[in-house]
Amino acid sequence: MLGLDQFIAELNKSISMFLPETALVIAFLVALLLDLMFKKSKNLTGYTALIGFLVTGYFLFKQMNMQSTAFSNMFVIDQFGIFMKWVILLSSIGVVLISFFTNELYEKAKGVGEYFTLIIGMAFGMFLLVGSSNLIIIYLAIETMSLSSYVLAGYTKEVKRASEASLKYVIFGAVSSGIMIYGISILFGLTGSLNLFEINRFLAANPVNNFALFLSVIMILSGFGYKISAVPFHFWTPDVYEGAPVPITAYLSVASKAAGFAILLRFFKVTFLDSVPGNDSVWTLLGSIDWHFVIAILAVLSMTLGNLVALWQTNVKRILAYSSIAHAGYMLMAVSTMDDAGVASVLIYFFMYMVMNLGAFYVVALIANNIGSEEIDDYNGLGYRAPILGICMTLFLISLTGLPPTAGFIGKLYVFSAVVKAGYIWLAVVGVINSVISLFYYVKIFRNMYLNDVDSNKSKLTYSPASIVLLFVFAIPTLYLGIFFNDIVKWASYSANIFMGK
Amino acid sequence: MQGSIGFPILTWITFLPILGMLIVWLIPSGKDEETKKRSNMLIRWTSVGITFIQLILAVIIFLNYNNGMTGVNQQSGFQFIEKFTWIKASLPLIGNIHIEYFMGIDGISAPMVLLTAIICFVAVFPSFGIEKAVKGYFAMYLLLDTGMMGVFNSLDFFLFYVFWELMLLPMYFLIGIWGGPRKEYAAIKFFIYTLVGSVFMLLVMIGLYLSVGSFNMLDMMNPANFASDSIFGGFNTSIRYVAFIALFIGFAIKVPSVPFHTWLPDAHVEAPTPISVILAGVLLKMGTYGMLRIAFPIFPDAVGYFQGLIAWIGMISIVYGAFCALGQFKIGKRDLKKLIAYSSVSHMGYVMLGMASMRPEGIVGAIFQMFNHGIITAMLFMIVGVLYDRAHTRGLDEFGGMANKMPVYTGIMTIAFFAAIGLPGMSGFISEAMVFLGAFNTYPMLTMVSGLGIILGAAYMLWALQKVFFGQIPERWQGPWDPTGKKYKHDDINGRELTALIPLAVIVIFLGIMPNPIIDMMSASVNHFVEFMRPFVKIGGHLSGM
Repeated sequence: MLGLDQFIAELNKSISMFLPETALVIAFLVALLLDLMFKKSKNLTGYTALIGFLVTGYFLFKQMNMQSTAFSNMFVIDQFGIFMKWVILLSSIGVVLISFFTNELYEKAKGVGEYFTLIIGMAFGMFLLVGSSNLIIIYLAIETMSLSSYVLAGYTKEVKRASEASLKYVIFGAVSSGIMIYGISILFGLTGSLNLFEINRFLAANPVNNFALFLSVIMILSGFGYKISAVPFHFWTPDVYEGAPVPITAYLSVASKAAGFAILLRFFKVTFLDSVPGNDSVWTLLGSIDWHFVIAILAVLSMTLGNLVALWQTNVKRILAYSSIAHAGYMLMAVSTMDDAGVASVLIYFFMYMVMNLGAFYVVALIANNIGSEEIDDYNGLGYRAPILGICMTLFLISLTGLPPTAGFIGKLYVFSAVVKAGYIWLAVVGVINSVISLFYYVKIFRNMYLNDVDSNKSKLTYSPASIVLLFVFAIPTLYLGIFFNDIVKWASYSANIFMGK
Repeated sequence: MQGSIGFPILTWITFLPILGMLIVWLIPSGKDEETKKRSNMLIRWTSVGITFIQLILAVIIFLNYNNGMTGVNQQSGFQFIEKFTWIKASLPLIGNIHIEYFMGIDGISAPMVLLTAIICFVAVFPSFGIEKAVKGYFAMYLLLDTGMMGVFNSLDFFLFYVFWELMLLPMYFLIGIWGGPRKEYAAIKFFIYTLVGSVFMLLVMIGLYLSVGSFNMLDMMNPANFASDSIFGGFNTSIRYVAFIALFIGFAIKVPSVPFHTWLPDAHVEAPTPISVILAGVLLKMGTYGMLRIAFPIFPDAVGYFQGLIAWIGMISIVYGAFCALGQFKIGKRDLKKLIAYSSVSHMGYVMLGMASMRPEGIVGAIFQMFNHGIITAMLFMIVGVLYDRAHTRGLDEFGGMANKMPVYTGIMTIAFFAAIGLPGMSGFISEAMVFLGAFNTYPMLTMVSGLGIILGAAYMLWALQKVFFGQIPERWQGPWDPTGKKYKHDDINGRELTALIPLAVIVIFLGIMPNPIIDMMSASVNHFVEFMRPFVKIGGHLSGM
């Protein structure tokens, strides 16, 4: 047992490492209070959220090279987590900004005060999840972010499908977290610990019942799979994405997924991998279950199902929902390698995916502001009615397809090279065939924008100059990162280092 | 240093069209009819100007080109080299990355650069007929131009791949927005076919990179650079064969060789005239160029293994393409443009056959055939475009006696048709003869069967000529094309169309009489290429060099 002095010292150390998360909690509370005090002012909590995120960014920046644990090994700070936290933070900022330009939120909900507050709460849950190294903390963090996201998904409660989305999300979420906690309890029973590092040590030293281990991990996977919307845990995705307000859909598809992937990678790597004695850079799998193959199967299912079902969709948000399932599949391909190149490529992919996906959803929001629809047939001729939106949307879509010279291509390049490097050539072949299939439905969107209704005399779309500036904030990096990706690749490779508890 | 002019000319020739695209973008659209018309004219002439400067740069390259330098797998043999580090990072966890901005040309690419500049310049003129979304059209046109030029200039696989894919999107829009009735189908078919080929190319590229540690094509051609335990290390391994097939299919889709050709007739029939010209004139060459530049020298052992198959594919393309073209005379299908599209399949088959021969004269013939086919088919498509613009139909049996109505036009068309048949005195004859000469040494039987393609070619071309130009003028065409006299003052071909066609006709006849300027450009490189491939492949006959 720790003595009191030691305990206080540990607590002090831990709190000093917990500053970014603390900043988020404070921002959450401040936003809550301000919303109570100034009911009338529209975007006050939004600005509070932005300031809170900037402060968080400052503390995160100061942590850049740290690698340590806090709160008695319950929480980890490492380069890997910090990279993912940056992705979450940047997309949170992006989503708040997108929300400012989404009319739907201001027209169909009663005030947006709680909306921004809940975004901060969700960001806090995700930060916690990325850094947790204890199964209970993992569970709590998932619940924290889920609770906020359930409310956010149904925030425009006057829209029928939003309420439906929220309810579906709650039900699926409750079921999957129930299954997950059951899996956690089995794992706890098997290994006698909730701490990932200790589970790892136990598995390295003792044989366990393979069936029970497999069952428990699959159950835990249902919790993670639900967050990253991987097949077969994806059923909620299309309806929720379609029903939720556009910024929240974007948030769920980027940040929430990033948190899910972070914990998925951390869980598998920390729990099931051990370095070969005498060589720190070679890793072997503990136990006799081939987790590589299990993840690879999930990857193939997610990519293929996501892409094939997306082909038949007629709603742009739904198309992007299924596309996000497929993208989870591409990233799972890299996860299945479980080596450093794979981890780095997931990080690279995520950064690229964040920029282009937020951009695509933002265009959907701007278009919906004008025409009030997300149906693909209503996109006819939009390329001529809103030239800038059309060009940017095309850019985001070819980036999502993975064609050069865009960010998405670099992401795919690294994912495929990690997979080829690890020797899973069959998986890479499935992956590239899937990107060809995905072209089909991405093209459908800009086909309607440019090939149909060319001579339409309908009025031009209106959008404020500020909203176009924000559009370029997404469009320019999408192009720039496709050509000059040196720094991002360096940073990701540096961050591929997951703290293993030793 | 020879073969260099102290000016980054390859960068300029490649990226000038992008600059042009930005200029076109900045030209204000105009509010009313009058200003709109003026701005459209400005956009068109800007494009003429940009492509003309590009053509001048190509001529400068041609004049400063050193015929004695080899290239292929030696950096010292390349000319106008530009080499900079683009992406370089040493990454402890995931391995180093090194991508270069590496451009240079040798005897294989130089004729293609010249061809691209010529075709892109002349195809602007038929583009004047485009009335819909003029700005978008020329922006896409110029972007396409950059993509094509970049493919022929880059010596770094990554750079090559970027340009290769860059071209897809503009082509999709050019066919999809400005095309014929089934444009959507044709455009997406083109997009999907090419993408299928190129994603497998991407995997091979990644594998090569992991084996060699660099994206430099020349490094990939040197077996010593392959790590022995890497994916593509060693020779004659099955994974190398599979990789070669993947690359080969990627390029064969572009050529297109039978059985990957079915996108071509659709794309050609639906594309607007200038885009058909570019498609047949330049795009198809990228496939065979890619084989010579990448697939063959990087996987020479696999070429040795599949050499016979490549020759067979060449032969089948020649004969099958010719029969398909003949099939256009069947009642109910008679489309002149489709006929020419299938004749492209047949003519690109000669290129494949010449390359498979692995003899210097065969390969020189193949590259020369790429050049000639580019020029001749460009002429043919423009000629069909001239007729289509006036009559709004291309049915072979709907015309007749056009020689009386349009004598000058008929004269130009006769030159193009005879060049396509391969009549002596025209450039097509020289290249086809060289291909047959080379191929006969290595694959005599296949070559004899391929000779059938020439006979069939003469049949469909002459038949088409007869149907359209001789005999009686049908009643519906007896009056003037345009009774108001606004669009077409005379019945015959107009000045703008002649501007595009006459230079091409001159090139065809000039190279038919004096092919040396182009052949000399490539012979040193091709000899070197054959020497390089020789240990791996079958070469028939006695090899004496050229």
